[in-house]
Amino acid sequence: MSDRLSVLKTYKLYVGGKFPRSESGRVYEVTDSKNNWLANAPLSSRKDARDAVVAARKAFGAWSGATAYNRGQILYRVAEMLEGRKAQFVREVADAEGLSKSKAADQVDATIDRWVWYAGWTDKIAQVVGGGNPVAGPYFNLSTPEPTGVVAVVAPQESSFLGLVSVLAPVIATGNTAVVVASEKSPLPALSLGEVLATSDVPGGVVNVLSGRTAEIAAPLAAHQDVNAIDLAGADDVLAKELEIAAADNLKRVLRPQPVDNWSAPPGIDRMTAFLETKTVWHPTGSLGASGSSY
Amino acid sequence: MSTAAPHSLADVTTSDRTLRRFLHGLPGVDPVGLEARAASLGTRSIKTTAKAYAIDLAISMVDLTTLEGADTPGKVRALGAKAVHPDPTDRTTPPTAAVCVYPDMVAAAKEAVAGSNVKVASVATAFPAGRAPLAVKLADVREAVSAGADEIDMVIDRGAFLAGDYMKVHDEIIAVKEACGPARLKVIFETGELSTYDNIRRASWLGMLAGADFIKTSTGKVAVNATPANTLLMLEAVRDFRTQTGIQVGVKPAGGIRTTKDAIKFLVLVNETTGEDWLDNHWFRFGASSLLNDLLMQRQKLATGRYSGPDYVTVD
Amino acid sequence: MASAFDYAPAPESRAVVDIAPSYGLFIDGEFTDAADGKVFKTVSPASEEVLSEIAQAGEADVDRAVKAARKAFEKWSALPGAERAKYLFRIARIIQERSRELAVLETLDNGKPIKETRDADLPLVAAHFFYYAGWADKLAHAGFGTDPRPLGVAGQVIPWNFPLLMLAWKIAPALATGNTVVLKPAETTPLSALFFADICRQAGLPKGVVNILPGYGDTGAALVAHPDVNKVAFTGSTAVGKEIAKTVAGTHKKLTLELGGKGANIVFDDAPIDQAVEGIVNGIFFNQGQVCCAGSRLLVQESIQEELLDSLKRRLSTLRLGVPLDKNTDIGAINSEEQLSRITSLVERGEAEGAERWSPACELPTSGYWFAPTLFTNVTQAHTIARDEIFGPVLSVLSFRTPDEAVAKANNTQYGLSAGIWTEKGSRILAVANKLRAGVVWSNTFNKFDPTSPFGGYKESGFGREGGRHGLEAYLDV
Repeated sequence: MSDRLSVLKTYKLYVGGKFPRSESGRVYEVTDSKNNWLANAPLSSRKDARDAVVAARKAFGAWSGATAYNRGQILYRVAEMLEGRKAQFVREVADAEGLSKSKAADQVDATIDRWVWYAGWTDKIAQVVGGGNPVAGPYFNLSTPEPTGVVAVVAPQESSFLGLVSVLAPVIATGNTAVVVASEKSPLPALSLGEVLATSDVPGGVVNVLSGRTAEIAAPLAAHQDVNAIDLAGADDVLAKELEIAAADNLKRVLRPQPVDNWSAPPGIDRMTAFLETKTVWHPTGSLGASGSSY
Repeated sequence: MSTAAPHSLADVTTSDRTLRRFLHGLPGVDPVGLEARAASLGTRSIKTTAKAYAIDLAISMVDLTTLEGADTPGKVRALGAKAVHPDPTDRTTPPTAAVCVYPDMVAAAKEAVAGSNVKVASVATAFPAGRAPLAVKLADVREAVSAGADEIDMVIDRGAFLAGDYMKVHDEIIAVKEACGPARLKVIFETGELSTYDNIRRASWLGMLAGADFIKTSTGKVAVNATPANTLLMLEAVRDFRTQTGIQVGVKPAGGIRTTKDAIKFLVLVNETTGEDWLDNHWFRFGASSLLNDLLMQRQKLATGRYSGPDYVTVD
Repeated sequence: MASAFDYAPAPESRAVVDIAPSYGLFIDGEFTDAADGKVFKTVSPASEEVLSEIAQAGEADVDRAVKAARKAFEKWSALPGAERAKYLFRIARIIQERSRELAVLETLDNGKPIKETRDADLPLVAAHFFYYAGWADKLAHAGFGTDPRPLGVAGQVIPWNFPLLMLAWKIAPALATGNTVVLKPAETTPLSALFFADICRQAGLPKGVVNILPGYGDTGAALVAHPDVNKVAFTGSTAVGKEIAKTVAGTHKKLTLELGGKGANIVFDDAPIDQAVEGIVNGIFFNQGQVCCAGSRLLVQESIQEELLDSLKRRLSTLRLGVPLDKNTDIGAINSEEQLSRITSLVERGEAEGAERWSPACELPTSGYWFAPTLFTNVTQAHTIARDEIFGPVLSVLSFRTPDEAVAKANNTQYGLSAGIWTEKGSRILAVANKLRAGVVWSNTFNKFDPTSPFGGYKESGFGREGGRHGLEAYLDV
C-alpha cells in the first residue's frame, strides 16, 4: 500500500454564509492535546468581529420572522447533516480534546442529539414561557417571548463541540442570530460546524463562527452597540468581568459563565430563556351587548 | 330625493351608496375607551357653587315627561304646572325646558304651560316603535304641531337602519322635518336597539345630515336608554358636525337619568366635550320624569343645609 | 378653561394622614437614626412645604440593614409558602384599608393628582400584593422547577414617580419567593415607603424581612455594591442602570433593571380618533409624563395629522392643572426642582432646534414646581426631544406615511419599553405589534397596568420582567 499524501483542509471563518479568511490575513497554529500540529486557524481581528455582527444583524429579521416550525425543520436538518459527517467530527473532537475514538463518538452523538432537542423546542418555547394574562379589566393581554437579537457567544474552551452546540443551538432555536467565538485552543470542530450549517438550509449570517484569541475577539463584541446579548460560557473569571462591564454600555443581556461538569446533562430551558424578551400586548375586548345595548 | 345636508356635505346624500360610504367611513369607536372616558368624567367632584349652578341648569334642561297609556288631561295639567313652578316653596327655582307628552295631550299641555317659557314637546311618528306607514307618522306629526307642539320627538325606523337602508331613514327624517314646520325636531335613535357604538355614531351623523335640530338617545321604553357613554358619543358627534359645517345641533339623553348625581355627570360630559356652547337648554335636554324631584331635593339641601325628603317635593 | 360651569374647589381632606415631623430608617423592625446622624427634608412639590425630616442612610446603615435582612432570611425562606402568603395577604388588606390615607400621603409627597393616587396607584399597590401573595405557596407550579429557591437578600432601589407602586412591584415578588429585602426609596418621595414599614408592623411581619433605607444616590450605590446582597433590582434612569450593571459585573448578584423609555404612540388614519386622543393624553400626561413607559413620541399618519392635532389641542385645553389634592385636578406638580429644570432645559432645546412649541392657556401656581402640558410639532427623529427621555408632560409629534415607516421610526431609539398602536384594523395591530421592539405594546389603549401582566423593556430600557409569573424569575435561583 502506497502512502498517499492526504489533502489538508484550509480552515476558514464562517461569516454571513461565506467562508472568508480573517481580514487580518493572520493565522495561528492549532495543535492536538499532544501538541502535534493540526491546522492553521484564522486569527480573527476586531474587523472580523464587526463584519460578523453586520452579517448577524442582517440575518436577524428573516430568521426571527421565520415560522417556528420552519426553524425547527432547519435545525433538524443540521442534525441530519451532522449524522452524515460524524466520522469527521469524531476525529476532530478526539484530536481537540485528547479523547479516545469511542469517547469522542459519544460526544458527537450527544451533540447531534442536542441539535434534535433544540430543533423540537422552536415551536414549543412560546407556549411554555408565554401565555394569556388574566388582567382585571376588559382587555385581552398576551405575553410572548421574542428573540433578543444578535447574541455574541463565547463558546466553552474545553468542550469544543458538545459545549459549543449546547450554547449555540438554544440561541438560534429561539430566533436570535449568533456570532460565535470558537474555543481558542480547539476551534476546528466549530469551524467545521460552519460547513455543516452552510449546507443545512440555515440562512447565511444566522450563525457566524470566528476563531482566534478569545479575549481579543470577545472584547469588541461585548462593547459593540449593535450586539444585544452575550453568553460568557467560555470566558474565565477575569475576562468575564471585563466583558460584563463592557456589555453594560448598551445593557446587553449577559449570561455569566457557570461551571459545567458534564455538557451531556439535560440542558433545561434556561439557555433559551436567557436570550428571550417578553413582549406583552394589550387590546380592549369590550363585551357583546353585556349592558344590553352598546359595545 | 331631497337633501337637508349642509352644502359641504351635500354630495354625501346623493345616493344610497354615497351615504353608506360616508357613514361607514366615520372613525370607529372603541367601546372600552369610550366607556372609560365617560367613567373618568364621572369622577369629577362637583361641589358647592358649582353644584348649585349645575342643579339649576339641570332643572332648566328637563323635558318633564309623561308617556303612559294612562295619561289624562288632568295628569298632564299637573305636570305642566310642575314644569312652570317645579318647587312651589321656592320661586327662584327655574322652570323646566319643556313638558313632553303624547300628541293627543299636546292641547292640554299647551294650556297648562300657557304664559310661561316652558315648551311643549310631543313624541310622534308612532312612538315608541315607529312601526307605522309614513303617511300615518306624518299625520301624527301634523296633528301634534297643529295642536301647538313647539317640539317634535320622532323615532327613527330602527329596522331600516339595521337593515342598512340608511336612505330610507334619512328621507323619513326629512319628511318629518318638513311636517314639523316651525317646531324643532328631536330625532330619537333608540340607541339600545342600535346595539353598537359605531351604529350610534352613524345614526348621529345620519340624523344631523337630514336636518335634526336635536339628536336624542332613546324613548325610555327599552331596557337600556341614556348612558354616559352613548351620550358622550353623541356629544362628540354634534361637536364634530359643528366643526365641519358650522351648524349646531342639540343633544337629549332620555330615560334612566334619575338622580342629581347622574344629571351632573351628564353636564360634566357636556362641559368637557362640547364646551359651554351647549350648556343651555336650547342645546341640551334631559328626557326625564323622576329626575326633577331629586334635583329639587338636592336644591333644598344646598339652600338649607338639611337633607330633604320626598314629602317636601310634589309628586306630580 | 373658562366656562360658565366652573368647578368649585373639591379638595380631598388632608386630615386623613398624620405625618410625623421626622422619620428614622427602618432596620430590623425598628425605626432608627442614621449612624452618622444625617437627615434630609422631604417637601411637597406642589407647595415646597417641608413635610418631614428623614434619616439619611449611609454605608454603615446599609451594612446593618443587609445584616438584618440576612439574619431574617434564614427563617423567612424556611417558612412554608402558605405562611408567607398570609403575611402578604395581610399587607394587601391593610393597604386597602389605609388606601385613602396612603393616597393623600403619596399626593402630598409626590405632587401627582389625588385622582391618580386614589384610582390608579393605590388599587394597583394592593392588587400587586394580593397577586404575589397567592404565588408564595405555588412556586413549584410556576415553571421554574419543582423546588425553586430564593436568592437571599434583595437590594432594591426605586424611583419617585410611583413611590408606593414601585415598592409593591419590588417587595411583593421578593417576599413571596422567600427573599428578604433592603429597599431604598427615592430621596424626594420617602414617605410612603416609611408608612409601608408601619404596615409591615401592623401585619406582624418578622423583623428584618423588610428594611427601608431612605437616602440619595450614594445610599443606593452602597446598597447595590454591598457584598452580601444577592439580588439587585433597580427602577430608574438608564444612566444609573448602566452604572449598576457595571457594579455587579463579575459577581453572582442577579440583576433586573427597569429603565427609561421613549415610547412611540402610533396613530393610523383608521384609528378610533376620539379614543386615540384620550390614549395620547393618558400616554403623556398621566403622572405629568413622569412615566418610564410614557407615549412621549406621537407618530401620526400624515393624512390625519391636522385633524388629530386639532382634536388633541382642543382636548388639552380641558386639562385642569393645579392643586394635586383637588379631586378635579388632572395635572399635578413636577416632582422636584431638579426634574423641573431638566424638563425646562430639554424643552428649550426643542425650541432651539426648531420644533414648534404649543401649550394650552394654563395658569401655573406661583409656588411649587409646575410645567404646563406641552406639545411639539415639526419634530423629526433627529431632534433631541424625539430621542432623549424628557420625563415630563411634553409630547413630540412626528408624522409617517406608511406602516413600515411608522415601525422604523418607532424602533429607531436606544430604548424599547412601550409602544401604542391605534387602528381599527385587527391585522395591522398584530403585524405592527409583532415588529415593535418594545416590552409592552398597548393597542387601542395606553398606560394600562396589571399585576398579572409582565412589564419590562427591550434594549436599553432594561431587562427582566415585573408582574405576572414572569416576575417571579427575578427572585428565584433559576
